[in-house]
Amino acid sequence: MQDIFPQRIKMIQGVIIFFSFLFLINLFYIQLIDNKYKIKAKDNAIKELIEYPSRGLIYDRNNKLIVHNTNQFEIMVTNAEVDANLDTSQLCKDLAITQDYFLESMKKARKASRYRPYVFLKYVDDSNYQRFQEHIFKYKGFFGQTRFVRDYPYANGALLFGDVGEIDSSQIKKYADTYTYLSGDYIGKNGIEVYYEDLLRGQRGIRTVVVDALNRVKGSYANGENDNDPIAGKNLQASIDINIQTLGEELLTNKRGSIIAIEPSTGEVLALCNGPTYDPNLLRGGNRNKYYPKLLLNKYKPLYNRAIQGLYPPGSTFKAPSALVALQMGAINPNFAYYCPGYYPIGKKSLKCSHRHAPCRNIEEGLTQSCNPYFCQVFRESIEVSNSKRFQKDYDRWYKNICRFGYRRKLGIDLKNEKRGNVPDTAYYNKIYKNQWRATTVISLGIGQGEILATPLQMANSYCVIANKGYYITPHVIKGIYANGKFEPNTAKKIKVNVPIDKLYFDRVTDGLEMVVQAGTARASKIEGIALCGKTGTAQNPHGEDHSIFVGFAPKVNPKIVIACIVENGGGGGGLAAPIVSLMAERYLKDSLPPASLNKYSSIKNRHLINFQIDE
Amino acid sequence: MAKSPSIFNKLDWPLLMTFLILMVIGLITIYAAGYNPDHPKIYDISQTYGKQLIWIGICLVLGFIIINMNSKVFSVFAYAYYGIILLLLIVVLFIAKEVNGAKAWIDLGFFRLQPSEFAKFTTCLGLAYYISELETNLAYAKKLMMALGIIIIPFILILAQHDMGSALVFLSFAFLLNRFGMSDYIIFAGFFVIIISILSLLLSPVYLILSMVVLVIIIAFFNRKSKDLDKYIIVGVAITSFVAIYSISIDLVMDKLDKHQKDRINVLVGKGGNDWNVRQSKIALGAGQFSGKGFLKGTQSKMNFLPAKETDFIFCTIGEEWGFLGCGLVIGLYVFLMMRILYLSEKHSSKFSKVYGYAIVCVLMMHFIINIGMTVGLVPVIGIPLPALSYGGSSLLSFSVMIFAFIRMDSERWIYTS
Repeated sequence: MQDIFPQRIKMIQGVIIFFSFLFLINLFYIQLIDNKYKIKAKDNAIKELIEYPSRGLIYDRNNKLIVHNTNQFEIMVTNAEVDANLDTSQLCKDLAITQDYFLESMKKARKASRYRPYVFLKYVDDSNYQRFQEHIFKYKGFFGQTRFVRDYPYANGALLFGDVGEIDSSQIKKYADTYTYLSGDYIGKNGIEVYYEDLLRGQRGIRTVVVDALNRVKGSYANGENDNDPIAGKNLQASIDINIQTLGEELLTNKRGSIIAIEPSTGEVLALCNGPTYDPNLLRGGNRNKYYPKLLLNKYKPLYNRAIQGLYPPGSTFKAPSALVALQMGAINPNFAYYCPGYYPIGKKSLKCSHRHAPCRNIEEGLTQSCNPYFCQVFRESIEVSNSKRFQKDYDRWYKNICRFGYRRKLGIDLKNEKRGNVPDTAYYNKIYKNQWRATTVISLGIGQGEILATPLQMANSYCVIANKGYYITPHVIKGIYANGKFEPNTAKKIKVNVPIDKLYFDRVTDGLEMVVQAGTARASKIEGIALCGKTGTAQNPHGEDHSIFVGFAPKVNPKIVIACIVENGGGGGGLAAPIVSLMAERYLKDSLPPASLNKYSSIKNRHLINFQIDE
Repeated sequence: MAKSPSIFNKLDWPLLMTFLILMVIGLITIYAAGYNPDHPKIYDISQTYGKQLIWIGICLVLGFIIINMNSKVFSVFAYAYYGIILLLLIVVLFIAKEVNGAKAWIDLGFFRLQPSEFAKFTTCLGLAYYISELETNLAYAKKLMMALGIIIIPFILILAQHDMGSALVFLSFAFLLNRFGMSDYIIFAGFFVIIISILSLLLSPVYLILSMVVLVIIIAFFNRKSKDLDKYIIVGVAITSFVAIYSISIDLVMDKLDKHQKDRINVLVGKGGNDWNVRQSKIALGAGQFSGKGFLKGTQSKMNFLPAKETDFIFCTIGEEWGFLGCGLVIGLYVFLMMRILYLSEKHSSKFSKVYGYAIVCVLMMHFIINIGMTVGLVPVIGIPLPALSYGGSSLLSFSVMIFAFIRMDSERWIYTS
């Protein structure tokens, strides 16, 4: 047979030569020109392992450890290493997971990578981890990894201390240029944890090791000369006194409200309690995903930091600052007298006084009786100092003076999302009343009602001004930052704000506030041996019963503590808020509650205005 | 009677030595890739390299036997071998255990037999026998169909095992058919389909169809005075419709593919996907640079970064430890091996041997292109061994038998010389 196509050998020869050259050119490029692959080669065989730093600890003002770290564990799996004969039922039992979880997680791991470790199970607690470790030889391809989680031994201060959780992708992006965070890192989510994140976080350590693709460490690289040890986060000292913090939260059991206590001379927050509250340990590790939504959706809003976000009309507690402004403006003198007919006439309507009482002959008696008509008149005098026709100018002056107490501004506490509250200005009234307004139109401001809104923090802060007789210091919850072997003062927050009012006026108002407790609306809240000064408030609100408010300080001379308390729908200020404040002050100043006060304590604790429960 | 010269004087030593060198390089590389410091002896049979050493021994013994046999055992019983392996390919579908998604192995206890590896050899024999018996060439459609049948039956059976790599090897016989009479146009059409396939993966079918339409219009415009204008248009429209249907169906097929298959294809055309294997392979190659890190110094290939580092990705270890020089040498050896076989085939006057030599070059070439192509990232990741180098008994045995059989046939060239 004749061979007719001998020349066609060129076809197959051509293909062979073509591909050989193609491969050589490609190899030339990969091996000699492109540096990309060279660098990656180093990355892979020599791997940088992360060592997590210990997050900064938080102590209270008496150096009690209030926030610290415990270990939790993560179980990692490398799919390619897993034995086909793995005893899954044993593994599931040890880790307390279901077969379904096992299958689901293995599927995800397989999808992610066959050769790289994948987080099989997060948030494994000690006992499960111990069991797992005992049988680790049976679980080829699985290994454990330690993570720090927060622990709150006093189980309180949930919104104050905050919590930590896994960083979300938008935050990672925010810090992307500094490589501060990696996916899966923990970050402060609330309270002190988020505000002081930069200090608490610390710095990741890096260990350079020779690893294979299964992430098995084969040894240290270059004798560890490129390694960095992790730097632990800075320890912080909170100004909180954990004892009264605990007491405050107990007193708020099943109530909506807030207590905030401040040391007036320093602005240090001694307690910041919210009700209803929850055990911050609930949001640790994996439970965060389970409980956070439940807390978020709870109708009593336990995630709402009422102390700095709750906006309430200050009610009668506003009468003291308002009186001080009136005195300083020269609208009244301390002996301003007003006969209370039981109501205050506003055009054809009238504003009622809460109770029948003797005429008020001076500012002290006005405060003691908390007489509404008295303070309406005081307010009216302040904004009609010069001339009733030119009241807008006076209103502006009053407005500026009252705002010096810290209303209508963020005080700058070291917690996020503080609210600024509201005191209306003339522009606002001109707008809504189309310039047709007079003193009587806005008269309820004089008794802390109407458009005026303040946070409990602002209420306490305004009484710091009275306690200090003329200034306040930016309230703050972190007192010291650990450095050089001791806690260095947190100077960033020690800002003094002066309120120029004569000392004489402060003395007279303070006398009046003392009388409130001795003989007035809060006389049930006297403290044995300590002069508590304060003012009750009963804030009317559209949500049902009045809010019970009390703001006060003790002792009268050189006050050590200013406390504001608001119990939503708690009735009159003398009923709930005043005794709470007196218990707090007594506990703080005496270091314990005398037996006589324990009854008061338990009766308040057991008074349930709401039925707060976190459903399982 | 003069003593006939020893068989060893008639062997083609360049070919034999090239093959043996490749086997030795394979052994050394498997040793480096799977190097276990606890088992440093290359003959430790608990390790892959020890096992490969045994396989090489078996292949050499088998090779010695083949070289001393009459090559008629291959040509006379060609259809019988072909038939036996076809049977095994059917059997494997029913009894094989699935390994890595392919049902390709029959477990014999001491050895996992992979019939598809031997099917390549027996198909070469079958084709050689059929074509050498032909009275005319393959330009005749009926003869061509028969030859295609010999290729397509094992092709389909292997495809049924989900062993994509081995199945693709059978497509390379197109070059054999072409050499012995099949029209060039079929080869060109094949290239055209491959190019269209790649383009339709890269581009949306809309662009592809539009550019075909524009092309047809341009060609028609330049030939507007031609008498055959209508023919140009008809052919153009036909090709365009083919491209349209084909590219749209590729899009549809891509949707139906398994994720890992889609990934492999997408990686190749630069559309992302999970390119772990390819990236690791390039990293290992790149780490080698010009002269390599040196024997046993490779970290990428050794430290399990690469899957199948001793089988499909063995070329990476060569690249990492011996660099561009090592890669060049291995590529050179393969080119020499194939060219030498082609050269000897052309010289041979027995048509069976000639076709057979051509056939095994086709097989070698396809392994060479796919394996190294995927290692350097030019071809999708398809599991297919590098002849004589990769770890694995079936593959080594199959290639040894193929090559030694050809060496024996070649040594008989003088019988046919007239």
